[in-house]
Amino acid sequence: MNSEIVTAEKEAGIGHHEVPKDLLKDLLPKKLTKSGTIWMVFLLIIIGIGGYAYISQLQKGLIVTDMRDFTSWGIYISNFVFFVAISLVGSLISAVLKLTDVKWRTPLVRIAEIIAVAAITFAALIIIVDMGRPERFWHLFVYGRIQSPIMWDVIVITTYFTISILLLYIPLLPDLAICRDKLTGAAKWKRWCYKFFALNWQNTPRQYKIVNDSIRILAVLIIPLALSIHTVTSWLFATTYRAGWDSTNFGPYFVAGAFMAGCAAVIAVTYVVREHYGLRKYITDKHFDHMGKLLVLLSLIYLYFNVNEYLVPGYKMKETEGAQLKALFTGDYAPMFWSVQILGLAIPIIVLLFKWGRKPVPIFIISVIVVIGAWFKRLLIVTPTLLHPFIPIQNVPDSWHHYNPTWQEWAITSASLAGALFIIQIFFRLFPVVSIWETMEEREAETESQKI
Amino acid sequence: MEVNQNTSRRKFLKKGLVAGALVAGGSMGASELISAFDSKPSGNKIRLLSPEGKVVEVDASVINPSVSDFLVSSHNVREGVPGKKFVMVIDLSRCKNAGKCRKACSKMHYLPANRSYIKIDKMQDSEKGAPYWMPTPCFHCDNPPCVKVCPVGATFKLSDGIVGIDNTRCIGCRFCMVACPYSARVFNWGEEMFKLSPEEKNAIKPHEACGTHKVGTVEKCDFCPQKTGDNKLPDCVQACPNGVFFFGDEVEDVVSNGDETLQLSKLLRDKAGYRFLEDLGTKPRVYYLPPANRQFPFTETKQASK
Repeated sequence: MNSEIVTAEKEAGIGHHEVPKDLLKDLLPKKLTKSGTIWMVFLLIIIGIGGYAYISQLQKGLIVTDMRDFTSWGIYISNFVFFVAISLVGSLISAVLKLTDVKWRTPLVRIAEIIAVAAITFAALIIIVDMGRPERFWHLFVYGRIQSPIMWDVIVITTYFTISILLLYIPLLPDLAICRDKLTGAAKWKRWCYKFFALNWQNTPRQYKIVNDSIRILAVLIIPLALSIHTVTSWLFATTYRAGWDSTNFGPYFVAGAFMAGCAAVIAVTYVVREHYGLRKYITDKHFDHMGKLLVLLSLIYLYFNVNEYLVPGYKMKETEGAQLKALFTGDYAPMFWSVQILGLAIPIIVLLFKWGRKPVPIFIISVIVVIGAWFKRLLIVTPTLLHPFIPIQNVPDSWHHYNPTWQEWAITSASLAGALFIIQIFFRLFPVVSIWETMEEREAETESQKI
Repeated sequence: MEVNQNTSRRKFLKKGLVAGALVAGGSMGASELISAFDSKPSGNKIRLLSPEGKVVEVDASVINPSVSDFLVSSHNVREGVPGKKFVMVIDLSRCKNAGKCRKACSKMHYLPANRSYIKIDKMQDSEKGAPYWMPTPCFHCDNPPCVKVCPVGATFKLSDGIVGIDNTRCIGCRFCMVACPYSARVFNWGEEMFKLSPEEKNAIKPHEACGTHKVGTVEKCDFCPQKTGDNKLPDCVQACPNGVFFFGDEVEDVVSNGDETLQLSKLLRDKAGYRFLEDLGTKPRVYYLPPANRQFPFTETKQASK
């Protein structure tokens, strides 16, 4: 339409030009719809119940959970691992796909990055929930011992959190300026927010250069960090002697599982966001197709690690490890184990290999199942191992031989999941889902290539 | 009117001060006082000897069963007994699961009868071998996995070989419990884990407690530093009717179960002393003597369960 002006301006070095009307109409944040409001209220209710449960936990101690001396870690820890896993997707979409020069990623970047930020935030919070003495959190900074893998986790998670925030925020700057300039009818506090956080963005070529350079540097930085956070998280388990955790494979096994779970999470959120905000023009079937192929690849890698992790010790059936594996394969945990492996791993691989399986609706359903499976997979990694210590559990109440999370544990865990979704919803209520300026740049590039 | 306001404000300030003092008085003191105020009279009267020597009758609910501050030793948990290297030898051929060590341990540490730092587990090394009872305290490893993983240095190795816990520093992450391959550590999930009933409290003669119990922190066997510091044997050793536990000093090369005093190195050599799961490389300070030539046939005994 006005591509000639665009190129003219660009050549003249003026920098960015007027945002096309259709982009503004489609991509600027929209008011909450009725279903959006219902969803938000629903999330707030769950968060409220979780808050209530946490207050009772603070008053009585961790006795309100079903964790006891043998199962000393439960769904708080597995939920923590789940959140860390999900957060890895930020680095996958905004870094790996950027550095490998994948063009179709543009409309998905911001979705992936806010998922990463929300997940890592709640990973940090849930670990405080798991502490017997949350008010002594500051001991970590005063008495911290660098020899402890928990300390490594604290360090890499805070670093990853910071870089993720930057990777979300810096590419948002030009869009914040667009919101500042265009959403003049918004509430006063919102206008203030846009103005303040836009950091006096002026659309100058120099600013664009700084933004692009920063994104590139951060994209490189975040990859080793992403590998570190989940490798270190796996080391919380692998540095112990426990059956099922005592594995040199654990780092890559966790990282592979994390990329897969995160990828599925992005697909699921993308689908909802696209349907809800009417973004079909920007997030097309092609995107789901590509993401589906990516998910198949990541699932196959994870399948490979699963085979390693279960087949090799299963072949040997060492005494303690064998007892733990039997609990998974044929014992108490067999229904959960096989559901997770079949529904959450085998079936997705098969379905997504077909083109129809990568259409938005089927892939959305598959992704939701993968994410749910991923959550339970972490539980399967944490609990059965603790129930099979070297000296078999004896002379304790019957209930200590099992782990059935209490309503408080479920409520707090659900609240953390709802909280992460709440952050995502609030974010998209305030900021554009799809990056406006990057979509513009892409259009320009397209029209230019057509000219040539 | 104004006077009234003033008094009410003064009252308010007073209350604030009391509350502040409660908080400042440390978590234990505060919780004790608060629970004393809050509890409803049970109607169950208990006779006590007051510090002035008078017999007084008080309601059972007023008595707080947790360990009072004056009973808590001045013992520094981060300091070992100089010049010592404590070691324990457990003779499995003598154990018949009498359970006395557990009881003594509970009493020594002001724990309810169903909770102690020692476990007595039924073990069977092979299908054809007879099962035997194995008491397991903390092994006070020389290469302790629990100490390695603690993020805040709340558990540490002392100069006398003991692995200590500072439960004013513990953040309750329970990584040490997961890291310990012997499940030696217990956690105060709630007050219930260490709260004594008035009857239980009365049954325990007040003595210096080895440590204090705090909700949300980890505990374990500490080899009774009050006793060992005084050149006495830990309570489990003294309580065992069968002389299963030998306790002593590696530096002096001597161990004793109260009746017999033996040379440690000779005992381990002659009786083929071994350490549990030696291949893990944790280097426990607790040795076992094999359950050969048993003094008792193995019989299933039911332990008081929690």
